[in-house]
Amino acid sequence: MNTGATGFLQRYEGLAGRLPGDSALRSAAAAAFKTSGLPGGTQQRRIEAWKYTSLRPVAEADFQPDSAPRHEAETVLAELLLLDAPRVVFADGTLRTDLSVMPPAGFACFADQPDFGTLSWPDREPMVALNTMLARDGAALHVPAGFDAGVVQLVSIATGDGDFHPRHSIRLAKGATLTIVEISAGKGRYLLNTVAEIHVAEGAYLTHIRLQDEAATAFHVSTTYADVATGGTYDSFTLNLGARLSRTEVRVQLSGSGAMVHLNAAQILAGSQHADFTTVVGHAAPGCSSRQTVKNVLAGRSRGVFQGKIEVARIAQKTDGYQMNQALLLSPYAEIDCKPELEIFADDVKCSHGATVGELDAEQMFYLRSRGIPDTEARSILVRAFLAEALDAVADETIRNRLETAVEQWWERQKA
Amino acid sequence: MLEIKGLTASIGDKPILNGVDLTVPPGEVHAIMGPNGAGKSTLGYVLSGREDYTVTGGTVTFNGIDLLDMEPEQRAAAGLFLAFQAPVELPGVNNANFLRTALNAIRRAHGESELDAVQFLKLARAESKRLHMPDDMLKRNVNVGFSGGEKKRNEVLQMAILRPKLAILDETDSGLDIDALKIVADGVNALRGPEFSALVITHHQRLLDYLVPHRVHVLANGRILRSGGPELAKELEKSGYAGMIAEAA
Repeated sequence: MNTGATGFLQRYEGLAGRLPGDSALRSAAAAAFKTSGLPGGTQQRRIEAWKYTSLRPVAEADFQPDSAPRHEAETVLAELLLLDAPRVVFADGTLRTDLSVMPPAGFACFADQPDFGTLSWPDREPMVALNTMLARDGAALHVPAGFDAGVVQLVSIATGDGDFHPRHSIRLAKGATLTIVEISAGKGRYLLNTVAEIHVAEGAYLTHIRLQDEAATAFHVSTTYADVATGGTYDSFTLNLGARLSRTEVRVQLSGSGAMVHLNAAQILAGSQHADFTTVVGHAAPGCSSRQTVKNVLAGRSRGVFQGKIEVARIAQKTDGYQMNQALLLSPYAEIDCKPELEIFADDVKCSHGATVGELDAEQMFYLRSRGIPDTEARSILVRAFLAEALDAVADETIRNRLETAVEQWWERQKA
Repeated sequence: MLEIKGLTASIGDKPILNGVDLTVPPGEVHAIMGPNGAGKSTLGYVLSGREDYTVTGGTVTFNGIDLLDMEPEQRAAAGLFLAFQAPVELPGVNNANFLRTALNAIRRAHGESELDAVQFLKLARAESKRLHMPDDMLKRNVNVGFSGGEKKRNEVLQMAILRPKLAILDETDSGLDIDALKIVADGVNALRGPEFSALVITHHQRLLDYLVPHRVHVLANGRILRSGGPELAKELEKSGYAGMIAEAA
């Protein structure tokens, strides 16, 4: 039975003993992956967490990780909207110090110091199992107590038709502050399958911006596990613009009282693009809050997915959970799937979720046109306004401007 | 300027306009008064091309061209402007950018060069000063968080910048205090000239004290019942519409 696992497993067998880190963990992950296969890799197996997203096209793709790159990494990098800040660049899954501007301290790479962390579940998550099996490199960032490490860019570029499995680890000690801007882009028919583990200690503050602008022929899977301690904040924003198929999964445990998480996202899709934003927020301590606003703009035959689960433990009184999914459908063939799940065991909590789906507002369209603005220009104004609001969640003005530019470029590409 | 003949229109199956005949010559300001549900706002929307209404008969020509055959943006480019009774909020759309886009779209349609941001802001600031509007109204999102009076003044600002040949004001006076009313009237009066006409839709005679019309028309049950000079508005203020409608029936 082809579950799409065979090629990956063969490669793992071939590399046995040559991959860094815990080989027992890798072989357990390989066993789990052999059993599960890729989600949707066969018609028979259905996983609820992958209800709306099938990786069958990944199973059918023939990745060639060892073939020569078809593009220069420098060329791909030059096209990115980078900030004037340290950047750690991975090209086809391997750290490139020559393209990087290293942060002054607190950095190690997975290839040298492999650390699989403690939060991930390779036995339950097929793509995490695949990553655990084949991970070669990644970034480990550590910010010491009370230190503000500013902005660090984590850049992944792909230059050919391979599959890459970066393994990142980000640890903020007590009272530390860091902004991660994670940018992924490339050229080719590749698979990027990232796993990141994040620890935000007491009173620490991590801002995590993701700009996914992969090639239109690429697959992007990203799984993040985060633990937020007492009074800590994990503030994340994901902008999904690229990839033929993308899945961004974030699992956050609010483990100390007063911890806070923001999992905001905007997905802007056209053609036959598919983007899945899936979150699980565990409220495991009292007085924590979670905020999730996911905005989708869907053109053509594209499909957006938001699955958001909030789990409130018995001990987690005074939980404040909020979830909102908004979709603007620009075509009768576009589709949005939204699945909120609340699992509440405490009795004094505030949890809400909502969803709106709509076309462009007819009154707003008429108002613009009555002022002389032609139909297509009026549509463009209203879509951009919706998107501008989606980016409002990004507090840093410089970063928001970069994201706005990325959206603007996306919009120009659609018009071309 | 504007010539409406036998105009009938409906929304869904419901007829609203039942044969409107009206001519507004160049340089004239005409008022349309009438009770609620008479079809006043419908007339404004039909003239500006709103799709919810179906024109079932009649003709409208604007400076000799068939208005009903045009898209809303073409009507605007031809010089028509509707000041909305309930101006629409556009979250995420900056007021200055919106106005510049509109002005440049109209300029483009006329084969004129577009204004850059600096040229436009100079013009917009001058106009908003003249209308006693705070500068920050240009920086805010279109009508978002505006008070009722600010929204109406924003309509007048748009009109001042777009410089239409025919302005239709749909109850622009409703909800305004006397100072705001004067500002709106001044805004229209400033545009008056041989090339500018206005159709002022109103419930009350009050606005017409400051914006004196050449003609007043009474619209009821989707038709013009009576037309007259400015004195007709004063008569209506005293006797109301009921008597006139009964008389016409």
